[in-house]
Amino acid sequence: MDTKKFVIKQISVFSENRPGRLAAIAHALGEEKVNILAFSIAEANGFGVVRALVDHPQKAHDKLQSMGFNIAFTDVIAVKMKDQPGGLYEVAKILGDAGINIEYSYAYSGKEGAVLILRVDQVEDAIKKIQKSGATLIERSVFH
Amino acid sequence: MALWDPRIEEMPKADLQRMQYKLLKSLVYRLYSFSPFYHDRMKEQNVHPDDIRELSDVRKLPFMFKRDLRDNYPDKIFTASRDELVRYHVSSGTTGKPTVVGYTQNDLDLWSTSLARGMTAIGLGRGDVIQVSYGYGLFTGGLGLHYGAERIGATVLPTSVGNTERQIELMQDLGTTAICCTPSYLLHIGEVAEKMGVNLGKDTQLRTGILGAEPWTEKMRVRIEDWLGIKAYDVYGTSELSGPMFTECAEQNGFHVWSDIALTEIIDPKTEEPLEPGEKGEVTITILQKEALPMIRYRIGDIATMDDEVCTCGRTSPRIHRIEGRVDDMLIIRGINVFPSQVEHTLMAIPEVGQHFQIVVERKGALDDMLVRVELNKESFSDKINDLMNIRQNVEHRLRNSLNVNVDVELVEPGSLPRFEGKSKKVIDKRSM
Repeated sequence: MDTKKFVIKQISVFSENRPGRLAAIAHALGEEKVNILAFSIAEANGFGVVRALVDHPQKAHDKLQSMGFNIAFTDVIAVKMKDQPGGLYEVAKILGDAGINIEYSYAYSGKEGAVLILRVDQVEDAIKKIQKSGATLIERSVFH
Repeated sequence: MALWDPRIEEMPKADLQRMQYKLLKSLVYRLYSFSPFYHDRMKEQNVHPDDIRELSDVRKLPFMFKRDLRDNYPDKIFTASRDELVRYHVSSGTTGKPTVVGYTQNDLDLWSTSLARGMTAIGLGRGDVIQVSYGYGLFTGGLGLHYGAERIGATVLPTSVGNTERQIELMQDLGTTAICCTPSYLLHIGEVAEKMGVNLGKDTQLRTGILGAEPWTEKMRVRIEDWLGIKAYDVYGTSELSGPMFTECAEQNGFHVWSDIALTEIIDPKTEEPLEPGEKGEVTITILQKEALPMIRYRIGDIATMDDEVCTCGRTSPRIHRIEGRVDDMLIIRGINVFPSQVEHTLMAIPEVGQHFQIVVERKGALDDMLVRVELNKESFSDKINDLMNIRQNVEHRLRNSLNVNVDVELVEPGSLPRFEGKSKKVIDKRSM
């Protein structure tokens, strides 16, 4: 089974927790005509990590790196959810039952429905388990 | 006015200087003959003990620096054998390597004598309860003042530093009349006491503070005296000289540097030329009587002025006025010496962070707070917050271990810290003294 097509490249950016940092990142991506599809900020005392799914990850990476940002690609996977009450529960239960350990996760709800983005330690293993469980993974080509 | 040692303390200046000359001469002969270190130094400088013919000839002698102690770690310069040593003290060095000072029984006696004179000059003596709230241990503060206070027959309450509420309870229960600590710790005690509903001025017998181990100002003295209802006296020393050694007298006009113990010079740190009394320069001290680790023209690194007039109290030894700063970039955090180079040294051994850093020192409440901002390396970046928190904790832990001071660490973006050419300004000291 080809699991690779389900591996999505998230960009992760280290950012100090001070005013204007998010604006700097967003402005740069806008200038490069990079569209942000999903996005989250994880915050710790004094610093944070900005995580985003974008349509052109390499372009975003190069631009931010040239600006001096500490940036990395992270492999994540995306699971389709029903955009209705109980939708998240359905997927979360499947993941739990399949024994998938989530490092972190965020979600968005768009035109084609709701999507749960997952960062897991064993990506391939998780993809296989999710497929077996009956949930629907979204292919990378949908994003970029 | 009580004097501990009237003969020395009130000796006419001319007699003092004659005594200093004799002591210097015999010191130089002894070191030239028995100390390979000083022998070589004097040879390099092309000076022989016979060249010392008057007191001002001290200027012919070579200087000594803290790096000499570090380079000769731990005891290569000592001039006493293990049999004669009765104590070690250890302080931090500029690169994390400590410096060790050894003491013979005579060295400790002289140290206590010096403080006995000072404490007597402040008006302390039998019947006083002296709470020593300096750290006891490798640091010279606690034990130094402890033995000085015992020498004058006062009752010592050796609380050491910390556990502030208990300090205040004991202060009340045992009738502490004088406290020895850093000025910032006394302010902290004052704040904690207020929270406990204790008014130090009214609810205790405290009337004297012997404060030092960190720079402070006249403004802070006034604040402490007005707020706590006590008299606050400056005490001075460094571990290399022995420890806290010289205090002010009741006149509060600079600390008396006893002439039989130390020969004080104020020099221009750049030209190394001697400066006139009243001119600001680097304190340079020759310890005239020290057996285990003699010091000739030791460049302490503190900037101050000297006053050689006879004090209004009648004591004739010169006084040094408040330390106004440092020649180098040493910081004093909660009484502990911290060199930015130590921070650099520690960070170099941690692959996750870069070598650029910035130190921000603030006073939070009454206590010093030290923050080290450091750049996260590109390779060590993780999208997981936990990994980053672990890196930060590791850096904090390693810095705490090497500096002996609690440090907060902030991870910042690579390239975001200011770069400097030449001598960098890596320290932002926001403490308004």
